[in-house]
Amino acid sequence: MSKRIDVKDLNVYYGKFLAVEDVNINIDAKSVTAFIGPSGCGKSTFLRTLNRMHEVIPGARVEGEVLLDGDNLYGPGVDPVTVRSQIGMVFQRPNPFPTMSIRDNVLAGVKLNNQKISKGEADALVERSLRGANLWNEVKDRLAKPGSGLSGGQQQRLCIARAIAVEPQVILMDEPCSALDPISTLAIEDLINELKDQYTVVIVTHNMQQAARVSEKTAFFNIAGTGKPGKLIEYGDTHTIFSNPTEKATEDYVSGRFG
Amino acid sequence: MTATMTPVKKRSALTKGQLPKWAPYVVLGLALILSAAIMALIGFNAFGWGILTAILFTAGLVGWSAAAEGGRKAKDKLATCLVVGSFLVALLPLISVIWTVLVNGLPGLTDPGFLSTSMNGVTGAFDNKTVEEGAPVVGGIYHALIGTLLITAVATVISVPVGLLTAIYLVEYGNDRPLARSITFFVDVMTGIPSIVAGLFAAAFFFAVVGPGTKTGAVAAVALSVLMIPVVVRSSEEMLKIVPNELREAAYALGVRKWRTILKVVIPTAISGIASGVTLAIARVIGETAPILVTAGFATSINYNVFSGWMASLPTFIYTQILNPTSPSNPDPSSMRAWGAALVLIILVMLLNLIARLIARMFAPKTGR
Repeated sequence: MSKRIDVKDLNVYYGKFLAVEDVNINIDAKSVTAFIGPSGCGKSTFLRTLNRMHEVIPGARVEGEVLLDGDNLYGPGVDPVTVRSQIGMVFQRPNPFPTMSIRDNVLAGVKLNNQKISKGEADALVERSLRGANLWNEVKDRLAKPGSGLSGGQQQRLCIARAIAVEPQVILMDEPCSALDPISTLAIEDLINELKDQYTVVIVTHNMQQAARVSEKTAFFNIAGTGKPGKLIEYGDTHTIFSNPTEKATEDYVSGRFG
Repeated sequence: MTATMTPVKKRSALTKGQLPKWAPYVVLGLALILSAAIMALIGFNAFGWGILTAILFTAGLVGWSAAAEGGRKAKDKLATCLVVGSFLVALLPLISVIWTVLVNGLPGLTDPGFLSTSMNGVTGAFDNKTVEEGAPVVGGIYHALIGTLLITAVATVISVPVGLLTAIYLVEYGNDRPLARSITFFVDVMTGIPSIVAGLFAAAFFFAVVGPGTKTGAVAAVALSVLMIPVVVRSSEEMLKIVPNELREAAYALGVRKWRTILKVVIPTAISGIASGVTLAIARVIGETAPILVTAGFATSINYNVFSGWMASLPTFIYTQILNPTSPSNPDPSSMRAWGAALVLIILVMLLNLIARLIARMFAPKTGR
């Protein structure tokens, strides 16, 4: 499992508005890549183009190519549903399905698609996914209880378990810790470190320490001003970006002297 | 440590004058007595007594409060009096209706055989005998009850799929397109259609399609669903709209197709609201008289078949019993039956409202730990 992503000359539009301009980036398989940058610079928008989730917003479209191990996500005849089952996503706010139990939330990807699965296989998948999300010990005695009864951090790990239960190649995380306390954040960061052994992880974060802690490569996005498109300013090893960036804007941002 | 503890209780610097807790009750008692005295002078009636008491109570309490507590508290008391007063005024007709129907309807409802017999073969001679010789009232509403339940059930079977699917189109696929906007507009127009027009539409439609004079339960059901569909669309639309987009995105991100997301995530999340909306829509049409009058006719016998023959219903039963009593010279037994039927109708509507609440609670997403 896990595939690499190569983005070539990508422009993202909302209607006529150019939101992200001319991104070229190569994301290695089995690595953690962090996107940092100020609010509104298009990093979340760009992240959502990596599994075609931006298409949910009316009027959104892209130009350019996103290659998943060489296959263009935006090629003719590509089904966005297939793309999304290969590239999973974890959102900013934990969003477990309120009508489902913890167990059913983990199995959602399987059950909602009406795939047949035996009870034994389902049990194994639930345990494997919850263990993978470091949640098994906390919830193993109450799998039949609703997922919305968990704490915020547990809910977010439940959402990660739900994402890895469909066994994707890549996991995208859109500020997964911004609604969580430091202890839950630590739990998620530990989890990201384990996930990279099996998956390609891309994470958007506002927390630069977090980017420094979890990622191997970092991409810095910025906008020139309101109404201008967001751009990828610099992309490189996390260590280089934080200690010795080539661009002045990156240095200002990571050192907190921005603006 | 000499005279630091003063025995005199000093008033806190943070408080102003306060009315005692019992002040409203005293003012209310005084207002009741005073207005009773005034009414005794000009001729007593209960309605005037109530109005006068309310005015005197408001004036007394606000005046006292202004004197003791100051202007801000007095304004607060005035606003409270106005709010409570409006609430009582709004409640008055409701209580009055329920009371009148209960008092007049109970003798009919408790009449043996009222719920289990029809009006088949009940002629004016029986009612004359009842009034003149004190024989028991015969006949009942069984046929009308069956008619109402069947017609409403068929109307629900027609309206719920149409209404729910329309709401799904509007919320999930409409995207504010011209088609979606025109549907919304026409649904709003349909909400305001007078019910008699819906009845005439259904009657005319079936006259044209099936043949002149077609009056069956099914025609009435179509008329009722014309009234019901916009209500179902509106309530379901609101319920689907409040399902958070995050849940849809979560499902999409798992590689779930849109129609499955709607079927398995969006609708289950909104089902409690949808179900209670549907129940309230049923309660809304179950008492419709005019459209049934022109589409199902009147019947005095039991008819279980909605597709052939005239069918009675509770509202038309009430209407005919009052306007054309079974015995024109002795209308009392007929009006007793009409009140009894009215009571049954109100009980049905109340039951539906209770069921709506139960459904909403049963299907609501659980939050246990």
